[in-house]
Amino acid sequence: MSEPNRPPEGELQVELRNPVLAALLAWLWPGAGHIYQGRHGKGALFMVCIMSTFLFGLWLGEGRTVYASNRTIARKLVYACQLGVGLPAMPALVQAGRDPRDPLWGGIMAPPIEEGGIDELSELNRTYGARYDMGVLYTMVAGLLNVLAIFDAYGGPLVPAPEEQKKRKPRDDTPGEPAASDGPPRSDETAANEAENRPDSSPTERS
Amino acid sequence: MLLASIFDKQIWFLLPLLVTVSLVYGATRHELMQPILHHAYRSGVWMVSFMLTVFLILWALAWLVG
Repeated sequence: MSEPNRPPEGELQVELRNPVLAALLAWLWPGAGHIYQGRHGKGALFMVCIMSTFLFGLWLGEGRTVYASNRTIARKLVYACQLGVGLPAMPALVQAGRDPRDPLWGGIMAPPIEEGGIDELSELNRTYGARYDMGVLYTMVAGLLNVLAIFDAYGGPLVPAPEEQKKRKPRDDTPGEPAASDGPPRSDETAANEAENRPDSSPTERS
Repeated sequence: MLLASIFDKQIWFLLPLLVTVSLVYGATRHELMQPILHHAYRSGVWMVSFMLTVFLILWALAWLVG
């Protein structure tokens, strides 16, 4: 529990308030964990990027690209990926527990009917074509991206290892990351440490 | 013909994914916005270059075989 709060010396020690709760919040709603920790910029970035990707994917299939189904392992895996975004994908669980012929909310996230000679999934593919596949892809990618955000909320940013920084060419260095030959390895997190001393620094940049 | 068919359809779905994946990946490596954007830009260029290389190889192979 204490490890995520203690990155190696010389790097920014991001204040990770209650990492477990932050990770849970980050899973439930993309970006919420970071906002809880006071990392508002990253929280907003994660929320906008992940939620827009998920909602765009949902829109591409008019709400039918996300559904929970036990029929095949492949479908379970697809929904497992989509469930990475947390609450926004959970209506599918509610729909899965109902009669597929009597879905809620106009059928959004309802599993396709595949019984009695009806193959609604094939019908969806015929109706939407490649858009449906893209919608499934977008929602899956959104869920998987949120897994990265959850880890970030729990353990902070994955700072490149010193060996990796030394191998970098000077032109690859980002602002605040001078060449290794200029001195000891630095990262933007070091710049954040310097920013701490500026009067306009935010709490998230504390070390 | 191949290029026309690709650019006419699914290829445009790539752009939003490229932007979001690059930004989220950059955000998991840095804490401040400027390095995040810089990292995202480099990731985006790298991904496009990689896919373009694979595309050109496949295109060349298709041309040779066809």
